[in-house]
Amino acid sequence: MSDLRWALAAVALGLGMLAVGLEAAGYDAGAALGALWSGAFGSWDAFTSTTLVRSVPLILIGLGLAIAFRAGALNIGAEGQFYAGAIAATWIGLRVVDQPAPVAIAALLSGAALAGAAWVAIPAWLKLRFGVIEVISTLLLNFVAVALVSLMVQGPLQERGRIYPQSDPITEAARLPLLPGSRLHAGFVLALVGALILWAVFSKTLWGFRLRAVGVGPRAAEISGRIDSQRIGAMALLLSGAIAGLAGGMEVSGVSYALFQNLSPGYGFTGIAVALLAGLHPGGVLVAGILFGALEAGAGAMQRDAGVPAVAVYVVQAVVIIVALLATVPRDGQLSPRAILKRRALPPKAAD
Amino acid sequence: MDAFLLIGGFLAAAVRVATPLMLAATGETVTERSGVINLGLEGTMLAGALAATIGATAWGPWSGVLCAILAGMLLAAVFALIAVGARADQIITGTAITLGAIGLTGTVYRQLYGAEGAGLTVPTFAPLAIPGLSQIPVLGPALFDQPAPTYLAFASLPLVWWVLFRTRLGLALRATGEAASLARAAGVRTNLIRAGSTIVGGGFAGLAGASLVLAQVGTFAERMTAGRGYVAVAIVVMGRWHPTGVALGALLFGVATALQYLFQTLGLQAPYQLFLMLPYLLTLLALAGVAGRVRAPGDLGRS
Amino acid sequence: MLELAGIHKRFGSVQALCGADFTLAQGEVHALLGENGAGKSTLMHVAYGLVRPDRGEVRLDGTARRISSPREARHLGIGMVHQHFTSVPALTVAENVALFAGWPVAPAQLRQRTRELSERLGLPLDPDQRAGRLSVALKQRLEIVKALAGDARVLLLDEPTAVLAPAEAEELLRMIRSFTTTGGSAVLITHKLDEALRAADRVTVLRHGAVTHTGSALGETATSLAEAMVGTEPGVPLVAQTRSRWPAPPLTRESIRLDALEVPRESGYGIALRHGALVVRAGEIVGVAAVEGNGQRELLRAVAGRIVPLRGKLQVVQPVGFIPEDRATEGLIPSLSLTENVVLGLGGDGPWVRRGRIVWREARSRTAELIREFDIAAPGPAVSAASLSGGNQQKLIIARELSRVPAVIVAENPTRGLDVAATAAIHGRLRSAAAAGAAVLFHSTDLDEVLLLADRVIVVSRGIISEAPLGASRTDIGAMMLSTEKDR
Repeated sequence: MSDLRWALAAVALGLGMLAVGLEAAGYDAGAALGALWSGAFGSWDAFTSTTLVRSVPLILIGLGLAIAFRAGALNIGAEGQFYAGAIAATWIGLRVVDQPAPVAIAALLSGAALAGAAWVAIPAWLKLRFGVIEVISTLLLNFVAVALVSLMVQGPLQERGRIYPQSDPITEAARLPLLPGSRLHAGFVLALVGALILWAVFSKTLWGFRLRAVGVGPRAAEISGRIDSQRIGAMALLLSGAIAGLAGGMEVSGVSYALFQNLSPGYGFTGIAVALLAGLHPGGVLVAGILFGALEAGAGAMQRDAGVPAVAVYVVQAVVIIVALLATVPRDGQLSPRAILKRRALPPKAAD
Repeated sequence: MDAFLLIGGFLAAAVRVATPLMLAATGETVTERSGVINLGLEGTMLAGALAATIGATAWGPWSGVLCAILAGMLLAAVFALIAVGARADQIITGTAITLGAIGLTGTVYRQLYGAEGAGLTVPTFAPLAIPGLSQIPVLGPALFDQPAPTYLAFASLPLVWWVLFRTRLGLALRATGEAASLARAAGVRTNLIRAGSTIVGGGFAGLAGASLVLAQVGTFAERMTAGRGYVAVAIVVMGRWHPTGVALGALLFGVATALQYLFQTLGLQAPYQLFLMLPYLLTLLALAGVAGRVRAPGDLGRS
Repeated sequence: MLELAGIHKRFGSVQALCGADFTLAQGEVHALLGENGAGKSTLMHVAYGLVRPDRGEVRLDGTARRISSPREARHLGIGMVHQHFTSVPALTVAENVALFAGWPVAPAQLRQRTRELSERLGLPLDPDQRAGRLSVALKQRLEIVKALAGDARVLLLDEPTAVLAPAEAEELLRMIRSFTTTGGSAVLITHKLDEALRAADRVTVLRHGAVTHTGSALGETATSLAEAMVGTEPGVPLVAQTRSRWPAPPLTRESIRLDALEVPRESGYGIALRHGALVVRAGEIVGVAAVEGNGQRELLRAVAGRIVPLRGKLQVVQPVGFIPEDRATEGLIPSLSLTENVVLGLGGDGPWVRRGRIVWREARSRTAELIREFDIAAPGPAVSAASLSGGNQQKLIIARELSRVPAVIVAENPTRGLDVAATAAIHGRLRSAAAAGAAVLFHSTDLDEVLLLADRVIVVSRGIISEAPLGASRTDIGAMMLSTEKDR
């Protein structure tokens, strides 16, 4: 699998550049990378309670973006959709006080998914109706979402004492069950199942095939396949938004149990790296998601123990994305991020 | 009299806020006219801001400007290498560059100035009043009593217009953006033009970051660009890829942002987050408004 | 004046030219004949600096030259007008000339200079008009003006009359003649025998990359030239009849009916087809004769269900098979496999689709069957569509569409760019489909192909459909193609 080799090369290069950069900036690269490793894989607890926990939103967002990118819809707003889901989840989680756990959790997660879909529905509608490229509109809404979270946690959703910019903790019933002895929540199982389902959809269903066709050859898909590229693109966008919102809901229901600013260390953007590194394959998203979860977990340890700012891992992500982009086009019919992205629909042009 | 002062102050703030956007968007206009969409603009502005901070604290504001332009051009060159040279997808490459720039600037900043970095004073540009013109009521102080970078932004408009529409280089650049393969058939070195226009755009973005630090905020903070680079890309669309339209778009954004100050002065209460959101929402609205009636350069985004 | 000697060129595994010689004398119109794929364009691309020969020499006025780019060729006084238009649609006529010829851009002077040039050449153009908005004939005029902007003495024209109506073609040939009487020389690349005979002083015939005949055009006949073009082999036999899967319908059944149909342009701006009225019955082959841009594309696509009409009545018996103009971007997705392309075309109607699931094994075997049945040169269903030649790609599309057992077949330029054998095969398929009861509606920019294949001919001009009377000559139909509202 040449894709696997490229993936490994990408990660290795990213870490290498991080090491070089750190040394140049005066940090101890060895200590930093060591802290990175132990933070991610150093112990069973580290692995389950930080790495895997951090990987859940990445896997989910990666799956959602795999759908969108396959259809040529460049959703760069997963961060905002994540927050929209988190807001909805918190609001619901504070209200389902008398419900049994399964109902509460189901309500919370559905609400989160709906909120995420709604957040991306605006760009989707702008694209359909006005031809506004979704790249810009989804991007801009990220900033609106962040401001909205700030508004919520200093306003309607603020905790009872009105001191801290965060919400009250959500009810016990609305919290996802944990794996005993760790902080890994049931959302991880959902992510695994999701990847499996998506794999089946992509490889075996007509809809999954149409998605791929629209991404790789939108004109031929329209003319020969009678596929409504607009509709498929819009559906793919909505789905990816819903899944990103779901990830936000899961983060509230399984990890933080409350809403506050900076809930996401950039999951929406890291998710792009995950999806691309995985070559838009669901199985790959699982692996890439865990890998980047490890990076996030390690970043925290790196900052604590070696004094290197956690934000340095963004450099690794950037390198990984670029190398994944440069990956060679594989043989007949196989997907490559490059092939798909080259053919995505572009802004409409007036006739001459 | 009071009303005039109020409006004058409001407009002056709007122009000040619009300056970095105008600079970044003008540069991006050149880039996009050649067919390249550079979402790394956000990261480039940030890198320019940090470079300006370092340069200015060491050698003064103008050195800061120079460092910022160089940093911007360097980052844009990396982008050009990958997106134009290797023909990787421009949108994703740009996003990656921005991500990397956030990581880099954050790391370098903390290393140089410590984890808190508060209280960092940077020598800035004082407003420079143009004699005569700045006396005009209301508009005078707004347009002609601004720090140097604003005048640079004003000057760049006719310059870019002239290059794009009155020179052979500009014609070749526009042809590249409309139909690169046809331009190549006519002997135009399209890759060179695209790389060059991208680097020029990067220089402008670096300058924009410098103006943000040296003429507006007065200090550096992590992620201080807060999406301005992306807004600049949106402004290019709003302005229909023409320098005058872009200038107006930047001013619109400036006005939307400055509303916050107007409200404060008038004593109107509103959560500050609404003002944070307003410019982005307004930009979205404007994009929807012009879309369908604008025509992007034919080969924009295609490798 | 211009000499090409012993030119060899190989592209990958294909030997495009083997030892071709060509001489162009001053003041002559020299036709370069050959069927599609014979190497005519490639040979002239060598002269224009687009292709570097593996072996051989190019001589200009006796001196050997190495022409390594079109810019160099233009400096040496050689200009070329290609089959596709090379003007940037968004730029104006003047800007396009400036870009091409390297002129300065000061608008007033540029406008003046362009106007002067075009008038001097007898090809007037409005310098401020955007190139994309020009009619096909005017676009070609622009191409010629660009080619001659650098004082070219040699003009190479690649199939220039392919997209023109007969009267426009005449005018073009007349212009070429006047160019040569004032000292220039012209090479006319064409696959049309009568054109070569009418317009040229000398003729050279290429076949499989080698010259089979060269000499004066006087005394040649269509037969002698045709022999040189395709050799004296017996004509390629029509493909055997397909198994008759169509139930024999009453041949008076109306398969297509249009009444007062109005169809918008594909771009959405403006009306392409007005008051469209047409009836096509089962078993008929109706050919559409039209100059590009007059609405025939919209007519065909509306019948095929790809464009939604604005008003009027449109009744088409399903299923409809559609063979689009551009096989690489509309008919196929080149990076996908043959199986996937077949699945793409049939969508939910494919027999391998069960409740939304695709049974790939079935799709693969069915595709393999189609490959065998339609004689497509491909190692198997799993190869990418891009690996097939143009002719085989077109065969795949036709195989796919015919496997629907369509009641109506709509085809846009189905044999464009294909060689004689592939063209005959495709004509055969369309004929047998019609014989078994399908209604065929097709368009070709090659008027001769329309006349050859069609039972009936309709003409679309400025969005209006008119029926060509039985027995109408080529010239009559040509005149109908160019008629305007006033003439009605």
